Amino acid sequence: MRILSDIGKYILLLRRVIARPERTHIYKDQVFLEIENLGINSLGIVAIISIFMGAVVTIQTTFNIDNPLIPLYTVGFATRQSVILEFSPTIISLILAGKIGSQIASEIGTMRVTEQIDALEIMGINPASFLILPKIAAAMIINPIVIIISMFLSIFGGWLSGVVTGLCSSADFIYGIQYAFHPYDVMYALIKTIVFAFLITSISGFHGYYTEGGALEVGRSSTRAVVHSSIAIILANLILTQLLLA
Amino acid sequence: MITAKNISKSFNDYLVLDDVSLEFKPGKCNLIIGQSGSGKTVLMKCLVGLLPVDSGEIYFDTRVISKLSFNEMKNIRQDIGMLFQGSALFDSMTVIQNVMFPLTMFSKMSNAEKLDRANFCLKRVNLQNVNKLFPSEISGGMKKRVAIARAISNNPRYLFCDEPNSGLDPKTANVIDILISEITQEYDITTIVNTHDMNSVIEIGDKIAFLNKGKLCWEGDKDEILHSENEILNDFVYSTELTRRLKSHP
Repeated sequence: MRILSDIGKYILLLRRVIARPERTHIYKDQVFLEIENLGINSLGIVAIISIFMGAVVTIQTTFNIDNPLIPLYTVGFATRQSVILEFSPTIISLILAGKIGSQIASEIGTMRVTEQIDALEIMGINPASFLILPKIAAAMIINPIVIIISMFLSIFGGWLSGVVTGLCSSADFIYGIQYAFHPYDVMYALIKTIVFAFLITSISGFHGYYTEGGALEVGRSSTRAVVHSSIAIILANLILTQLLLA
Repeated sequence: MITAKNISKSFNDYLVLDDVSLEFKPGKCNLIIGQSGSGKTVLMKCLVGLLPVDSGEIYFDTRVISKLSFNEMKNIRQDIGMLFQGSALFDSMTVIQNVMFPLTMFSKMSNAEKLDRANFCLKRVNLQNVNKLFPSEISGGMKKRVAIARAISNNPRYLFCDEPNSGLDPKTANVIDILISEITQEYDITTIVNTHDMNSVIEIGDKIAFLNKGKLCWEGDKDEILHSENEILNDFVYSTELTRRLKSHP
């Protein structure tokens, strides 16, 4: 029953979040600030994970191709497909759920327990909209860009590991990543990313907004935000894959 | 005038406010006193519309706020300034940005006018040269003063203060009390203060309401409170050695 009650509260909160802003230009400024907080500040971790994951995908694919009839450019092709279809949009979104999800829940949760949200409400400001809407908008704008950067870096990491270890020639790898390329795959990845960005920020905002108590509860809200965002991403991934690729 | 009529509020079957009726004097310092857990903060949060009441009505002049929607409440809220127990300053903003914030959201002033007004409010609460500091970089007493400056920046008609002296030394607490009293008189604001500090009661209490276990137990002014026959009130007022000694050696 608790889950149904939480879903109901989440939907009611979303109604307040999408209400008309008091001052549009202040919300715009907030969106730019959040683009830096949530997106630009995540580039470091995304870059490191992308390069190494791309490298590992390439090495594992090469070791698993032991049939001489399979051309070596398959390594580049498999790396590209893994990265664009699943690794960058889904795995990086799960990592972002951990990083920005906990950041959002703890930031808003701390504002709740220190009465800063009450202070906003007293001033006649809609705190749900003021605090959560800019984060949702910022993530939906910046996450697709972060994911595109992740795709390039992963493929670069794959190429680098293939060439450095001598498992795959540069020419084969580059031919492979160009082979049978469908731009729709990138579109599919970006649609998923935008949906995941919405889920991460809104679910984390929800958990932060309804934090009750003190420091311990802020920590719990932050953990719940990461767990629930991750589950929502996995479920949405299944549904979107069926809808967009089937 | 702010009036509460027969307010009741409970949390999970635990009755926190039980049929409380109160009238607050306009343009004066109205104090709500009582032990911790007596329902003072819940009453204040009901008065400003942060918590819905289970039954009863709250009037701001002729408007019944307990029946207003969030958007309808907006207009009234712009007439309200509130000082929270923990100051509730925005951590991510500097002192001057905190004071300017209500103006940025609701006034049509230019940036220079907003800055002037914020500086005026900070000067009024005797704070200077702290504009660029963040709340984490100033003391508890300074935070309270910044919060008062923020609360009055939009020229409110009503000022609510939830335990303005909590966590402060007696001297700083007295400074805050005097500041609240002066601002109430200067700007003809109706001020409502939650406190359990007897010094505040004697210093600034134009009207005093005593809550006990969620019920209104006594009403009067600062002269009457010292000579009341109400036993529960006297238990509270003379609960410290200092006040007992003052009573026996006036």
